[in-house]
Amino acid sequence: MDFDFSDEQREIKSTAREFLAARFKPEKVRELAESDSPYDDSIWKEMSELGWPGIALPEDHGGQGLGVVELVILLEESGYALAPSPLISNAYAGAVIAAAGSDEQRARWLPGIASGGERGAAELTTQPAPIVGAAAGSAVLVLADGEGAKLVPTGEAELERLELIDSTRAYFKVSAGAGDPVPGEIAAAVDTGKVALAAESVGVAQRALDMAVSYAKEREQFGRPIGAYQAVSHRLADMLWDVEEARSLAYYAAWCADAQPESLPLAASMAKARASDAANAVTHDAIQTFGGIGFTWEHDVHFFLKRARVSAQLLGSPVQHRDRVADLVGLGT
Amino acid sequence: MDLTLTPEEQAFRDEVRGWIADNHPGPSPGGGDQAQFEFEREWQRKMHAAGWAGISWPKEYGGRGATLIEQSIFGEELARARAPRPANVLGLVMGGPVVIAHGTEEQKERFLEPILSAEEIWCQGFSEPESGSDLASLKTKAVPDDGGFRITGQKVWTTFAHEAKWCMLVARTDPEAPKHKGLTYFLMDMEQDEVEVRPLRQITGEAEFNELFIEGAYVPEENVVGAVGNGWMVAITTLMNERAGLGASAALGLANALDELIGLAQERGRAADPLIRDKVARLKIGIEGLRLGAMRSLSATMKVGTPGPEGSIAKLQWSSTNQALTELALEVGGLDALESDSLWAYRFLRSRANSIEGGTSDVLRNIVAERVLGLPKLR
Repeated sequence: MDFDFSDEQREIKSTAREFLAARFKPEKVRELAESDSPYDDSIWKEMSELGWPGIALPEDHGGQGLGVVELVILLEESGYALAPSPLISNAYAGAVIAAAGSDEQRARWLPGIASGGERGAAELTTQPAPIVGAAAGSAVLVLADGEGAKLVPTGEAELERLELIDSTRAYFKVSAGAGDPVPGEIAAAVDTGKVALAAESVGVAQRALDMAVSYAKEREQFGRPIGAYQAVSHRLADMLWDVEEARSLAYYAAWCADAQPESLPLAASMAKARASDAANAVTHDAIQTFGGIGFTWEHDVHFFLKRARVSAQLLGSPVQHRDRVADLVGLGT
Repeated sequence: MDLTLTPEEQAFRDEVRGWIADNHPGPSPGGGDQAQFEFEREWQRKMHAAGWAGISWPKEYGGRGATLIEQSIFGEELARARAPRPANVLGLVMGGPVVIAHGTEEQKERFLEPILSAEEIWCQGFSEPESGSDLASLKTKAVPDDGGFRITGQKVWTTFAHEAKWCMLVARTDPEAPKHKGLTYFLMDMEQDEVEVRPLRQITGEAEFNELFIEGAYVPEENVVGAVGNGWMVAITTLMNERAGLGASAALGLANALDELIGLAQERGRAADPLIRDKVARLKIGIEGLRLGAMRSLSATMKVGTPGPEGSIAKLQWSSTNQALTELALEVGGLDALESDSLWAYRFLRSRANSIEGGTSDVLRNIVAERVLGLPKLR
């Protein structure tokens, strides 16, 4: 039993941390979030050269042939940097097509998704209408189709930009025709999408915690750093508890996706519910720690709060996931 | 990352599981009386005869020399089988490891074997009425006398004091030294007139703990552990032993209780109640979070010798989850669960101490804030 990263996985993590910190400095994230289009094509190209878009896709379709654990490492770091990037949406679309697509569909779309040259984007929720992240600039959309999914070339769909509070990503309402249904089972790939979002939220929460901790060490009131007061330090300790518990569940769910698929449904819902709650609570508590400055547009922490809130509602809210957990632990109805 | 057991770990688990299945003495009679204690003593003798009693102890001292993961597997299997606890739990978890780490050869020779066999029961004399979380402020004093020391003071929350032969006792040998420096760690013989044990009745109605009134009890010099004045450092080792490696078996204990609670919810027709369902799911997530955090912590400790930040929150997770679980059982069980002989009522009341015993949640948050997050100390 080894619930820790291998040397290779550690390497992926440190490369990602370094690369993302250099490319997505806070002022860059702010600039993208305040622009019309939050994605930077040249950074996407660099990520593609690193092999990130296809990290968990099969090698015979141009992917890296690694697992969901490796994908989750990238996404946690991507959340930590609050990177405005189509990485998660593209990875999710790739996961559905790889798991459930026909040979033709896989051959047609996966190489572009894996190389990053022809992105995919997948539906993240059906309420109030199909909502897709990162649709603009992608080649193919993966949309819900009854219990399954269908593929629609982006040019054949009607996209309407949705203005959500999270402006570090682009979200679109989609209307599309019949499309091209995928023949296989999508449930495991959808659960993998939940795990991906959970991991990203863990990164968002970790960064908000780090920001709040360093502020609590510097900011002085009543003659002391505020982090010396237990009203503040105990809240920060509880934030660490949130982050670490969510992280354990997210890593476990990623490992289940790779190695123990029978445990994935429960693991994915536990991870998604816990990570969403953790990111919501920690970003809220971070603002409380910053006090007035945390409520200003000028401070970066609100971007984290907003990303957390939107991610919590994608692919099932915490309440919905806990309902599924209840079913799966023996309170079936 | 691989959460499955290696073939060796699996073989170990199968061996443990098989042994427990063949030797399980049945459920403990309960009641917290002498009969229950003798039952647990007999169970420990059985464990010792098969070499399981000192699972974490090095082989040269009669233990099994098990790795952290094996210790964790062993604890999980005991919890899974709902096996009783061994009678001499404080000797096994704290006393023995302290003697092994800091004791002389003579002390190892004298004390270790009777701990394993449950022939000599151990208790712990740390807390005092005025020194709880601030242990280093303790006032019990030890004055040199006749090749040893005379101890005078009061100790509280001493589990098993009425059964114990030896007390791990920390007392002040140098009242002039700074508070952490003037302490010494003693092994005090409980069988002397100068030590009076009074049961301490707790909110469950039983007396799991005791108070010790010590009026000039004698401890020979050879029963000092570590050196005179070194008691704080020695005591810290025992406290760390108390906290290490509890997560996985604690999570299994909670998982067993959650299964019972789910059964109760079905029996009472509450399985479809959305508020109950949400709370059950939160408990499941909390229990899995504890279990998985313990596994991460074990893996990190095996590799680098120290647990990661996830290890520092395990006790907080456990106490809050157990309290929430028993509270939900009262909601689901209604007045039946509140009858004074109800097991849920007992568990609810007993779990109130979970956030106090073995490090209060308030102090644990201080520790997380200062040692993990690096926040400044208020003091």
